[in-house]
Amino acid sequence: MTTTEAQSLYSSNRGAGASWQTTLSNALVITRREVQDSFRDWRIIIPIMVLTFFFPFLAQFTAGRISGFLTQYGAEYIGEQFIPFFLMVVGFFPISISLVIALETFVGEKERRSLEPLLSTPLTNTELYVGKTLAAMIPPLTASFGGMTFYLITLYWRGAIWQPPLMLVIQMFILTIVQALVMVAGAVVVSSQTTSARAANLLASFIIVPMTMIVNVESVIIFLAPDGQSQYGIFALWWIALGMVVAAILLLRVGNSIFNREELLGRAIDSLNILGILKKIWRYIHAVDDDGTRAQDPLDWYRRAVPYSLRKMKAPVLVTIAVFIVYFAVGYYIGQLDGYRLPLDSDVITVDNITTGGFGGLSEEQAVFFIFMQNSRVLLLALVFAAISFGVATYIIVPSVFVILGYLASQLIPAGYSTLLVAAVIPHGIVEIPMIILGAAVAFRLGSIVTKPPKGQTVGHAWMIAWGDTIKIAVGVILPMLIIAALLETYVTFPILRSVMQSLN
Amino acid sequence: MIETQNLTKYFDDFRAVDSVTLKVEPGEVLAMLGPNGAGKTTTVRMMTSILPPTSGSATIAGYDVIQNPEMVRAHVGVLTEQHGLYERMKGLEYLDFFGQIYRIDKPTRQKRARQLMERFGLGDVLDKRMGEYSKGMKQKLALVRAMLHNPPVLLLDEPTSAMDPQSAKQVRDAIIELRRDERTFMITTHNLTEAQLLADRIVIIRHGRIIANGTIDQLSQQIVGEPLMELRVNGEINGLHNDLANMVRVDNHGLNWVQYRTPEPNSTNPQVLKKCVELGIEVVTLSQVTKTLEDIYLQVVEEDEVQERKSKSQ
Repeated sequence: MTTTEAQSLYSSNRGAGASWQTTLSNALVITRREVQDSFRDWRIIIPIMVLTFFFPFLAQFTAGRISGFLTQYGAEYIGEQFIPFFLMVVGFFPISISLVIALETFVGEKERRSLEPLLSTPLTNTELYVGKTLAAMIPPLTASFGGMTFYLITLYWRGAIWQPPLMLVIQMFILTIVQALVMVAGAVVVSSQTTSARAANLLASFIIVPMTMIVNVESVIIFLAPDGQSQYGIFALWWIALGMVVAAILLLRVGNSIFNREELLGRAIDSLNILGILKKIWRYIHAVDDDGTRAQDPLDWYRRAVPYSLRKMKAPVLVTIAVFIVYFAVGYYIGQLDGYRLPLDSDVITVDNITTGGFGGLSEEQAVFFIFMQNSRVLLLALVFAAISFGVATYIIVPSVFVILGYLASQLIPAGYSTLLVAAVIPHGIVEIPMIILGAAVAFRLGSIVTKPPKGQTVGHAWMIAWGDTIKIAVGVILPMLIIAALLETYVTFPILRSVMQSLN
Repeated sequence: MIETQNLTKYFDDFRAVDSVTLKVEPGEVLAMLGPNGAGKTTTVRMMTSILPPTSGSATIAGYDVIQNPEMVRAHVGVLTEQHGLYERMKGLEYLDFFGQIYRIDKPTRQKRARQLMERFGLGDVLDKRMGEYSKGMKQKLALVRAMLHNPPVLLLDEPTSAMDPQSAKQVRDAIIELRRDERTFMITTHNLTEAQLLADRIVIIRHGRIIANGTIDQLSQQIVGEPLMELRVNGEINGLHNDLANMVRVDNHGLNWVQYRTPEPNSTNPQVLKKCVELGIEVVTLSQVTKTLEDIYLQVVEEDEVQERKSKSQ
């Protein structure tokens, strides 16, 4: 032994704070080893070689034949679109391997117990996560780009009838990258929730099935898009790429949150204790804090538990208000466009229209129930979809009301019906609008909390507390207030609206 | 070097480690013993900043496990229960990979990797893939990995469990040599003989709680009581045990032997021998009945079990 004194040889490159260069530099140590390891595995090498060289050749040959065959029957366009279609397929097949590699590098390491020595090193969770994510993406993307390039070269070399526009080719490359990123990021989430490769492979269907559906949609778009030959690429494919980027960012955030030492080592067996989860949520519904301290009685619950949860909603409420203002402005803007303006003259808005159009033949009691149910249904729907979409769905489902409000404002105010708008919205809106904002904020928080749980909380723990907060606020505030809003709308708004209308007529 | 204060860890409602307070000085070897599931691994994981404690604090090599997790891990070498080697890699490659993680410069890490591998008898397999290594070789390589960055604190989980006697001795010798550099060791093991051979101090942990802490002599005194002496005579004892009763506490006797306890064997034993001479009894041997660590361990654990049953029934 040469050791003369116990002084660690570790030399930190972090300095005062870790920059992204430091993170990347440390992450690449992991990436290099993993990529090297992947390229030593014949089960990865052989498919990559086949998909890089043989399959593009076959795809190019098939595209040429189909194109020639369809040309005989005057369907040149469809025949030509097979060329970018196969380019997409050539790119997609190799990246499907990224899913396998990602599952292997994360859950495989866990299964072989080789992860703990890595976790015992000074690397941060993010460095490990970035290193492994890159490692899972590099070999398949290399194969993918190699295959696509080979396909394009053979296409050029064989002098194909139609050469795809450059932007369409770029689109295919971009879609390939984001698809790989979504699959790898999804695989990390799946891997961290399992302890065996078998379970991870079963759960991977939640990634591969939606991804296959997206590829099918992309295929249909390639063949049917009216701008299939545009020099700016296919517009719909840009939207898909953008959606995938958002999905990838959210999944990467979730992955980074989940990929921490406690989550990785704390899970010993794959078991789902539904009763245990429900019990915990029940506990947090009654709790006055995040430790689960139970409220003494219903009064204490209203006095301490509900305000505690409401305080957590500050940021989500601000985000929701901002989003709703944007949606309102969009509605207002649409109302300014030619062809979207309503012909507002006095015979359109009458007392009779309001009466029959308002309740649709329902009694007042039925109207209260209907209005309450309608509002609750929208918020419930937003909640359910938010929970499985990292909160994004909240801002797709709920804000449509604000687009409509913006649109109505754009029509009624210039036409001199401001009083009418105020009468139709304010009496019940003063209660209903804040509740819709709060409801949307709660749903957004429930979905988005998994992407960044509060410090010191695991994803699962944070999610259960968020469910407790959600139910607490829904039962304690939103639902009672929506009943009040429905009563106001039926018994106050409509009479006021009627009298305003009478004065207008 | 290692200092913990009321270190506690909960997994949901399960208390895995309960208020563990420890201090291990530089150059000291501490053996942590305990039944399976006692909380040893969780304690080690908290000490290496892999798991955050639910409450309490710990300082390793001067760094706080919560405030400075990266620096803690940089100054600790860990041999995990499962070695977790990458089978397709070669031994030297593997060490080079970890050397890069610790950001040791290339010449130093290569030199050190070779030296350590040779020191542990792995010189012949430097360039062999680890899939071809025997179980013992893998364990030795994992140990080398833990020592590669020359950490001042080493936490070793079952360091010689898969090794043949010769390899196990190599590892024990290395530990003895390394502690001379004021290096701190904490060993968790089920091999009580090894713990007895290596450790300066023993900690026994059960249900996450420390139930015994001290040197083997201290524990022996504390748990087994005063030293037990055995006197063997030529022929029968002829009532010797009654004659000794006013000098020592006789524990047991047989046809030609007497066992007694005394707090001061150095002063009592000559008197006992004198008495035998006076009585004309020929002494064959007088020796201390040594209590092994195994006896101490079993007694501590059994007593704790009894205590636990009692408190449950109350």
